[in-house]
Amino acid sequence: MMKVFLLYPDQDFDLSVPLPPNVDDLTQDLFLNILFEAMAQGDKFLFQVTRQVVLSSLDEIAPIIYRQNILKDCLKHPDVVRQLYQIPLEFLERKRKRWLWVSPRHSTPTSILSSARELLEASLDLLRQLRLIADQNVNTFDSQGFRRFFTMIQRELDDEYLTLVERHVQRLRFPQGVLLSAQLGKGNEGSGYVLCYPNDADRNWLQRLFTLHSPIYSYTLHPRDDAGARVLGELRDRGLARAANAIAQAAEQIESFFNVLQWELAFYIGCLNLYEQLMALGEPVAFPQPVPANQCRFSCAGLYDVTLALTMGTPVVGNDISADGKSLIIITGPNRGGKTVFLRSVGLAQLMMQCGMFVPAESFLANLATGLFTHFRREEDKNMERGKFEEELERMSTIVNYLTPNALLLLNESFAATNEREGSEIARQIVSALLEKGIKIYYVTHLYEFARSFSGDNVLFLRAERLPDGRRTFRLKEAGPLETSYGVDLYRKIIGAEKQWNMPR
Amino acid sequence: MVFNTILYDKNGFQLETTGQPDFFPDLNLDQIIGAITRPKQEYNLNPFFWTPLRAAETIRYRQEVFQDLENEPVMEYIKGFAEGMSVVRRYLAMMEKLDFDYHRKGWFLEAVLVYCDAVATLARHLDGLPLSSRGLSAFRDYLVYYVQSPAYQSLATEGQQVKSALAEIKYCVIIESGKFKVKRYEGEVDYSLEVENTFKKFKQSDAQDYLVRLPERTGMSHIEATILDFVARLYPKPFAVLDRFCTEHNRFIDETIRTFDREIQFYVAYLDFIADLKRQGLPFCYPQVSATSKAVYVRDGFDLALAHAQRYDDKKAIVLNDFSLRDPERILVVTGPNQGGKTTFARMFGQLHYLASLGCPVPGREASLFLADHIFTHFERIEDIRNLRGKLEDNLVRMRDALIHATAGSIFILNEIFSSTTVQDALFLSKEIMARLMDLDVLGVWVTFLDELASLSEKTVSMVALVDPDDPARRTFKITRKPADGLAYALSLARKHGLTYEQLQERIPS
Repeated sequence: MMKVFLLYPDQDFDLSVPLPPNVDDLTQDLFLNILFEAMAQGDKFLFQVTRQVVLSSLDEIAPIIYRQNILKDCLKHPDVVRQLYQIPLEFLERKRKRWLWVSPRHSTPTSILSSARELLEASLDLLRQLRLIADQNVNTFDSQGFRRFFTMIQRELDDEYLTLVERHVQRLRFPQGVLLSAQLGKGNEGSGYVLCYPNDADRNWLQRLFTLHSPIYSYTLHPRDDAGARVLGELRDRGLARAANAIAQAAEQIESFFNVLQWELAFYIGCLNLYEQLMALGEPVAFPQPVPANQCRFSCAGLYDVTLALTMGTPVVGNDISADGKSLIIITGPNRGGKTVFLRSVGLAQLMMQCGMFVPAESFLANLATGLFTHFRREEDKNMERGKFEEELERMSTIVNYLTPNALLLLNESFAATNEREGSEIARQIVSALLEKGIKIYYVTHLYEFARSFSGDNVLFLRAERLPDGRRTFRLKEAGPLETSYGVDLYRKIIGAEKQWNMPR
Repeated sequence: MVFNTILYDKNGFQLETTGQPDFFPDLNLDQIIGAITRPKQEYNLNPFFWTPLRAAETIRYRQEVFQDLENEPVMEYIKGFAEGMSVVRRYLAMMEKLDFDYHRKGWFLEAVLVYCDAVATLARHLDGLPLSSRGLSAFRDYLVYYVQSPAYQSLATEGQQVKSALAEIKYCVIIESGKFKVKRYEGEVDYSLEVENTFKKFKQSDAQDYLVRLPERTGMSHIEATILDFVARLYPKPFAVLDRFCTEHNRFIDETIRTFDREIQFYVAYLDFIADLKRQGLPFCYPQVSATSKAVYVRDGFDLALAHAQRYDDKKAIVLNDFSLRDPERILVVTGPNQGGKTTFARMFGQLHYLASLGCPVPGREASLFLADHIFTHFERIEDIRNLRGKLEDNLVRMRDALIHATAGSIFILNEIFSSTTVQDALFLSKEIMARLMDLDVLGVWVTFLDELASLSEKTVSMVALVDPDDPARRTFKITRKPADGLAYALSLARKHGLTYEQLQERIPS
């Protein structure tokens, strides 16, 4: 069986499985389109595929490792992979140029067979190319995925088989006419028409000349005998029906095989594109270590926001965090200090890990999440009123509909659209409940009351670094929350010295 | 061994009547018989239903056959046999229209094979079944004898041999553009299979089906005829055998069996017809039929044409009625409100007697009926007053002719005659006719508005169409023995509308 199996070890990628319900939020909050565009490099098909695969997170470790190993091979042999990718592209191009279509409705077996045969003929040399690549690389690629793929190609498209296909493709032109065997049915009417292969087809003309023949009776139609020609055509159709069906199905499946190959390779091509760009920027990538969902683990070195790097075109600051056993990570600190960027880098790394990619970091280890959810303050919510707070709560409620234990939730300044006391209380209730259900939460917040109410071994406090002179390093350090958010710094910087304000005692 | 007919016992044979009896339309028997025979046009059953029997013994003979056929397995096998024979006829008819010799002969062979199979199967099945009718038992004996006869044996065996020889032939057709060749099959390999196997590795489980459904064409074009011709030249022996076979067994259908195939449908068609009604719970029975005793009765009888017409109408339930005539009673005089079911009742009387005379089961739970020599019907409709005189004259002429031809063994059914004349004339004419009917001593039903007729003599029996006492406008369709009370009916109606005298006294102030 010709199966690609480059995204899963034992099945095709199921295009019918829907994307997660919060795909729009994720895309907006994590700037996913920047990632996909970088992987696609302007190719609409690559964009579509990478988007689909990245957003369809795997929930088991084995397939993740499977893809990682394949990706490692791709990174080691990018030219071969791109060469491989060309093959289905070439097939589609030929099909388009020559209008090769096999449509069953209103078609006769004769026409079905003819167009399917042509399609097959157009595929033959591509199949040979595929075989050549397999032969050259079966021993130089290391991953289980590629080895299986190349071995399969070698096995299924061996020389003997390719020659056989070629021979049939020629024979099915029926150079000596269509031969049917038949018997007599009711009323001596012909029945049981079976397409047969002529006994002497492989003999050359000289041999045929000297072979004794059993009697043959011939009949030539009158050139204007339309009715007769029609009957003869129907007879031929009757005989060809099964062969036409077989070869049409084969053509369809070769096409399908090429389609699947193109699709699955597209993902890796996208990864290659991203890799090359990050290398050019001098940014590190690493293959992450996934651990089971029920373990609470997280540690990274040099974790950066890849979309920021791609947008700015320069390397960006990375973070080293150790959060094993921490189910609540509270992030406080000055505005524009790198908190949101950090949150984003966590989300992106989780997504990339769970689709089998490398991650933007020097090293990365985390447990699988059963779902990834973001609840970010929306830009337009700057001027908050009571209505916007409700909108926040509504959005939170929608997320709760889909939460399951071991999900990952990223909250960015959530529930700030009201006074601090109220917001803190609501946040406290929500977070406590979610933690009890086994949800891991990262929370960037200014709600001091809320932050104060949590302590314990499972809580990690991070603070955006601010140097004594007010400069941000955009790094997060392990530290508890401070009361002010350094709005003072910004005020001073932007507006100037503050007016003295005497507080009455 | 000789078997003649399943329709008549030894002494009862009658020639088929070629036309519908004249009383059929009045009694709606034309509707009934039409419905029975319509699905069985190929058997031409009408003449059977147009020929009433003359002997009570023959009636019993037929009733026995009916009873055997009401046994499901028997009916099933007979129907299976009939289907086979129908196919045989179809093939033979088709054969007539074909142009090519071996094509025609091919279908002839098929017809023979189906015939042999149908006959053998029926023989085998009937042999194991309990049959109580004289008719079917005798036929079974004949069939068993026939199937063992040399004529049949040679037909069946040779037929199989010819078929086998032809079935063994395998040939090749090579189709090129505008030309074809035919040769003997010499072990050429199935190429479709090879193609399928080669390309199987590309087949996924959800592959679309590209198999074009080619319609089966019937008939043979000149191309196929030419191919057949060539095949006959390549394999002359089986075709020579076919030639001989067709000549030798040109008339292969046994006449007795052919006749039986037609005649048994008389029973099958009738039983099929009443099957639906039986399923709805309507009663049918085998009546006692006597050519001598005029004591007749039926319990829970109904009009078969009406029941058939209303068989899909759940809202209209068929009302069952009784009647009886004991010596010296002869004539049922039926009075009552219009649309009350009187005419239906009269028709029922006529239908019951006629169907009984055919030997069929009749609509009713229990019946004892008279085997009449003829049924005379006179149904009159209300007509335009301008035609009155001419119509009356015609009616009286018809009546006179009837009275001349009638015997003591006849039945008269009169419905609302003389209703277009004055009451005085109607009364006079009716009394006269009644007197003559009583002289003849015939059985009959007379539907009339003249209450006086109901109590003319000991030979008349008054029957009345009942109305609901609380709602005189509602019809019950029940006819029962009761003195005529036409006036009483009118009174009830008046009471309902507050128009009786007493009520008017109270209602109108002084």
